[in-house]
Amino acid sequence: MTALPTRKLEAYRYADIDALASVWTSLAAPARVEIAAQQKLQQIWLPSDEEIDIRRVEMTVEAGAVVRIFALNSALRYGRYELDVTMHEGADFTLHGANIGGGESTLEIVTTLRHIAPGATSRQTIRSVLGDKATGSFLGRIEVAREGQQTDAEQSVKAMLLDRGATANAKPELEIFADDVKCAHGATVGELDGNQLFYAATRGLDPVTARALLLEGFIAGLWDEIDGDDQGIAELARDALRMVAA
Amino acid sequence: MLKIENLRATVAGKPILNGVTLTVPTGEIHAIMGPNGSGKSTLAYVLGGRPGYEVTEGSVSFDGQDLFALEPHERAAAGMFLGFQYPVEIPGVSYLQFLREALNSQRRARGENPLTGGEFIRLSKDKAALLGMDPEMLKRPVNVGFSGGEKKRAEMVQLGIMDPRIAILDETDSGLDIDALKAVGHGINAIMRDPKKSVLLITHYQRLLDYVVPDKVHVLSRGKIVRSGGPELARELEREGYAEVAA
Repeated sequence: MTALPTRKLEAYRYADIDALASVWTSLAAPARVEIAAQQKLQQIWLPSDEEIDIRRVEMTVEAGAVVRIFALNSALRYGRYELDVTMHEGADFTLHGANIGGGESTLEIVTTLRHIAPGATSRQTIRSVLGDKATGSFLGRIEVAREGQQTDAEQSVKAMLLDRGATANAKPELEIFADDVKCAHGATVGELDGNQLFYAATRGLDPVTARALLLEGFIAGLWDEIDGDDQGIAELARDALRMVAA
Repeated sequence: MLKIENLRATVAGKPILNGVTLTVPTGEIHAIMGPNGSGKSTLAYVLGGRPGYEVTEGSVSFDGQDLFALEPHERAAAGMFLGFQYPVEIPGVSYLQFLREALNSQRRARGENPLTGGEFIRLSKDKAALLGMDPEMLKRPVNVGFSGGEKKRAEMVQLGIMDPRIAILDETDSGLDIDALKAVGHGINAIMRDPKKSVLLITHYQRLLDYVVPDKVHVLSRGKIVRSGGPELARELEREGYAEVAA
């Protein structure tokens, strides 16, 4: 077991180190997942019932394989989803993730995408909804090796802060050694729109229901591409939004 | 139904309404006309309870209860509908979901049973048909990508679904072509011409009043009602202009 990380490490800059320390010795090594060439994988990550919920996955996506991950991060104290993905030629990776929390929770999604071969595509869409004193972060590192020509990488990160004490961090980090690549990233932080809230109120929506509905609109689309049974992720996200809207 | 007495209100510290007194009896449609900046929209927002619009004096009673003691959503549940001059877009939330949750919030507040999904779909299809709107549009996010005319039609579909006792319609006619104007006028008559309901129609032009004939017309100027009369007053305004009549 390696030493407990500190906040000096970039990937742990916004982490809840105390929470991490309490589970560190029992933390399993990152799960290793290999997706064979031309195969497809879909994963739905649902929050555990634990107050501290840490997941680490190292993934190798072989040539032409397709991976879709849908992740809801809403642990009550500390939720950390870590993904380290190595992409081979023509691999296609999508992550749709949400950090939803209130209280003093710390929620983070930390990804490293390694485009080591030509023509791989990655799309990451992250939405954070944060109330009270919650902190929500997305740290997204993209490495494009010299061989990673025609990489197409995209990050869309949006956060909604419901209270003054809430914090959102969005940090793209690009390291590109190839010259023919597309790496797009966009990040916004905002709050609920007063006009929309008033409009909803004039239609009879009480403030909590109105906020929850607008927040649902904010994360709309995250789960739309799920193939088949969504395992309840949309309903769980809705419940989490209702909780932070109250 | 609605009794406004000596209402004064400020927006960002600036006085906009300077003592409006007006009574809209049950079963009547009243029009408020006035030039730009006379306070028409402010009056609508104050009645709706918009944050930032501060009432400094006066009172409004709605069916005998103090309107200002009610939160905006409670005013809706009590039977008030505010139609917007610029209906708001809500990305990611479908009209069907928005209106069903809104109507059911109102019904719960009144101690009524919420409508089931099926009941709500039937109701919304009926009201869309009444306004000549394709019910498929209600599957789209609230007002997103709607033209100006479509937004106003959608406001009237909402009016039909909410079925309020009083409707305050703020420049519902602005931005409408003739066909849409007719459809909206027809909708207001069909939904609100009722001995138990009232309408306060705020408008800049007389043309909507060709389709929705008011019982009374009031002229608002510099935050006060300066003249009241029958439907003929609207035609006089159209002919002579506000400067002449409101002077």
